[in-house]
Amino acid sequence: MKIDRRSFLAFVFGGAAGTALSPLPWKLTDDISIWTQNWPWTPVPPKGETTYVASTCTLCPGGCGIRVRRVEDRVVKIEGRSDHPVNRGGICPLGAAGVQLLYSPWRVRQPLKKVDGRFVPVSWDQAIGEIAGELRELREAGAPEAVAWIAETDRGTTAELIRRFLTVYGSPNFIRTPSAQDAWETALYLTQGQRATAGFDLERVSFLLSLGSGLLEGWGAPPFVFRACGALQDRNGRFVQLEPRLSKTAAKAHQWLPLQPGTEGTLAFGLIHVILKEGLERKPFVATRTAGLEDLKRNALREAFAPEAVAQATGLEAKTVVELARAFAAAERPLAVCGRGAGRVPGGLQETLAVHFLNALVGSVNVEGGVIAVPEPEYIRWPEPEMDAVASQGMQTPRVDGAGSERYPLARYLLNRLPEALLQGEKPAVRILFVSGGNPLYSLPDSERTAKAFSRIPLLVSLSPFLDETAAAAHYVLPAPTYLERWEDVPGAAGFPKPLIGLVRPVVAPRLATMPTGDVVIRLAQRLGGTLRAAFPWESHEVCLRQTLAAAWEPLRKNGFVLDESFRPQPFETASRKFEFGNAELKPLAEFRPHPAPGDPGVFKLTLVPYDSLRLTAALGTPPFLVKALESEILWKNDIRVEIHPQTARDLGLADGADARLITPRGEARVKLYLTEGIRPGLVGMARGLGRGAHDRYLAGKGASANRLLAAVEDSSGFEAGWGIRARLERA
Amino acid sequence: MDQPKNKRYGMVIDLDKCTGCGACMVACMAENNIPFRDDDTDKLLSVSWMHVYRLSNGKPFPHAEECFLPRPCQHCEGEHGHSPCVSVCPATATDYDMHTGIVSQIYTRCFGCRYCMAACPYHVRQFNWWDPVWPEGMERALNPDVSVRMRGVVEKCSFCYSRYQTALNRAYLEGRRELSEEEYQTACTQACPAGAIVFGDLNNPAHRVHQIVKPDLAHGGRPRNPKVFRLLERLGTHPKVYYLTRRDWVRRAGDNEIQKT
Ligand code: SF4
Ligand code: SF4
Ligand code: SF4
Repeated sequence: MKIDRRSFLAFVFGGAAGTALSPLPWKLTDDISIWTQNWPWTPVPPKGETTYVASTCTLCPGGCGIRVRRVEDRVVKIEGRSDHPVNRGGICPLGAAGVQLLYSPWRVRQPLKKVDGRFVPVSWDQAIGEIAGELRELREAGAPEAVAWIAETDRGTTAELIRRFLTVYGSPNFIRTPSAQDAWETALYLTQGQRATAGFDLERVSFLLSLGSGLLEGWGAPPFVFRACGALQDRNGRFVQLEPRLSKTAAKAHQWLPLQPGTEGTLAFGLIHVILKEGLERKPFVATRTAGLEDLKRNALREAFAPEAVAQATGLEAKTVVELARAFAAAERPLAVCGRGAGRVPGGLQETLAVHFLNALVGSVNVEGGVIAVPEPEYIRWPEPEMDAVASQGMQTPRVDGAGSERYPLARYLLNRLPEALLQGEKPAVRILFVSGGNPLYSLPDSERTAKAFSRIPLLVSLSPFLDETAAAAHYVLPAPTYLERWEDVPGAAGFPKPLIGLVRPVVAPRLATMPTGDVVIRLAQRLGGTLRAAFPWESHEVCLRQTLAAAWEPLRKNGFVLDESFRPQPFETASRKFEFGNAELKPLAEFRPHPAPGDPGVFKLTLVPYDSLRLTAALGTPPFLVKALESEILWKNDIRVEIHPQTARDLGLADGADARLITPRGEARVKLYLTEGIRPGLVGMARGLGRGAHDRYLAGKGASANRLLAAVEDSSGFEAGWGIRARLERA
Repeated sequence: MDQPKNKRYGMVIDLDKCTGCGACMVACMAENNIPFRDDDTDKLLSVSWMHVYRLSNGKPFPHAEECFLPRPCQHCEGEHGHSPCVSVCPATATDYDMHTGIVSQIYTRCFGCRYCMAACPYHVRQFNWWDPVWPEGMERALNPDVSVRMRGVVEKCSFCYSRYQTALNRAYLEGRRELSEEEYQTACTQACPAGAIVFGDLNNPAHRVHQIVKPDLAHGGRPRNPKVFRLLERLGTHPKVYYLTRRDWVRRAGDNEIQKT
């Protein structure tokens, strides 16, 4: 039956008016609204028993505890767990929209194989069989190192299964997706000798100095950082944001200092300069627990880091630099953080080291309210696998991304260098590439070059739940279940100062013919046989997970997470047992070199700076609720709006809302302008996360991708250090 | 059992803590079956019960400051329940509930004249110009406690009324007639990762919202905490959504008209 609303009203009007005017209590009349559910043209969600399941969110490295509301077998809502140490009941917008990923009709329903440029559905058996065949052939040809695997993280059982697979197969090419942790982990290793991730005890800080970190825009574990920033305010602490634009973080800070983009490291050295010159360092800590201060002095006390020079470079005033250094050093619990935006780009190692030195000078290392080296969890203890000759030989070959090589001895993973490596030689160095996270074809800078490089790979296998940009370019898509349909261990939460393991559990049965990545690994190993089969004695990832966690399994299953409350920072593990400002490994890094935005300033008069938003995602597809919630200052109809200062607009003769072409040495995009006083003149601010080539109709084809316009910039350690590129705007 | 005392449910939002992340908006969408369309960029046409506004101090770079202002329905009490919208609705589709202080919206009664939208000074109300459509499969995520609205009706924030009903039902089953503070919390309050939103009974001195606002109940609930203010206080709508800030310019901006962007 199809009746429209008007005729329906005409039909019942007399009766309705009568009831409407009577003074019935509205509780009763509200029940009438149940009628609504009988109206044929709107969906009627079936009622049923409501239950809650505790799990862990994996949509970002934040590791929040979630409480999933189910009605019968349907997931209707995701909320934060109020008893979880990371988020204490809160949840970010992405986490709250997670259900839409589960029920997205744009998910990959079964394995796909590309035949003549089009995907055709195939069975799991066929897909695994064919891929295993290719793997076998490559191995028999004696080139096992030509296999690489890009994974979201290098922790947890799934990552270990992948790494084990590659090792026994004979490839050193396990690659983790880049993040600010790359630089932080290296900095901790160099200065403290600790193989650990960086945690930030933000809840106890009294002066928070952020060098471009989007603390309220996705950096670390967002709900944890949010709460800490709020608490800092309650304690009357101070929070200073150094960033070229008035981001949400800058808007919440007590002080916004709009420095020139790319000069964060220079400023850090400038602050060190003032502190050392005025003798403001924490004497007891520096005297007893650090070594090599002379090296730092030699470097930081140079004229290049004197307040005037730093003022010149950063665009701040010299007296601001001096005052900032003094206030920071005088604070009870000062802490400096870096990792630009949401921290998805490592940033330069030198810059991170500078910030870490700054913390060490004020004694904020491995103490309450400081940077804390959080050890990598050690619950995965599998017997050493047996390796055959092919594997041993393959493992001796250098990594394809150059990490750990003579040139980049400090880096462990360099995904950013992969495109270049792929473009070299007649045949690409990688013949088979698995991608189980990170969506590199969208998330790496210089998208066009990245796409060209990846297109050289003869066999690209994507293990994504969605047909994202990387999956669309793949030869096989082996759909993974979403985080609401599988088991997974999540060791650690980004930037959280204590060791923590979270458990992801299936909230509903898998909706589609998917397979968890860990199971794909095990199945491939079984097909390949020999040492590979022997290295994987588990019949499934779930069994592997239970056995691996052993005694920890039950508490984890019961509680959903295990937190090491009693954790105390460990002593430094350098040779001197002290914090090192300048040992042999640090020496080559001493000469600080900033990374100016690439491009000819004569041709490109402006600088494009990307920014992150919690209402957009970097690699994953942004769910419809988030696209809906996106500010009209960022997306208007199908156009992305870029921020420029009114003065810059006047100089260009462009008005608010004008259509323009944004051109960089790497590409060009159609944009609309958004004029704001909240950005340095001469800059163009552009949100990351739009311009998606794939995904659903709510997201695809809207706006432009900043990554298409950006260039890869690596620092001497090999890490991606870029954050911006020279650009110009022209009237469209 | 005693008759339960009248409640005055209200909210105070700490604008110094709100980060503008939008989790409240999304949590509300998920809780209350808010539809979404291919293009939701025109916020005047986009249905969202909670909207986070961006306020600006209007000063030039580098003195520019911004603040985010989440705006649910203000649940105005007006004079004795004569909220601006309730007074104009010819169908009694919106009403002021004296027991809870919640301004309701009864979709089956609303015939879409939109007088209430014109009367609401806070742009809280939205009209369904289209029937809601969910992409295939996504209707599975709809919350059965909240009815889906159809084209032609006006809708707005209900202070998650279905949560109130659910909590009340549970309490009744347990032989109680009073709800504790935690038992009834709105979806946006729960979601806010910054802990910026506090919700509860303004009549109850034990509730945090009362303690923060210190409402002068004899004078339309005017806040006695000098850092707390209400939007467009001068109109005398007596909203039950309060805002907290240390920044003077934000308090001043709260007395100006807000522009929907
Ligand atoms: S912050 Fe990260 S982990 Fe937490 S809810 Fe959001 S996406 Fe999930
Ligand atoms: S969820 Fe909280 S912090 Fe985020 S926009 Fe809403 S009120 Fe502000
Ligand atoms: S109180 Fe409930 S209905 Fe109102 S804005 Fe918050 S979540 Fe939405």
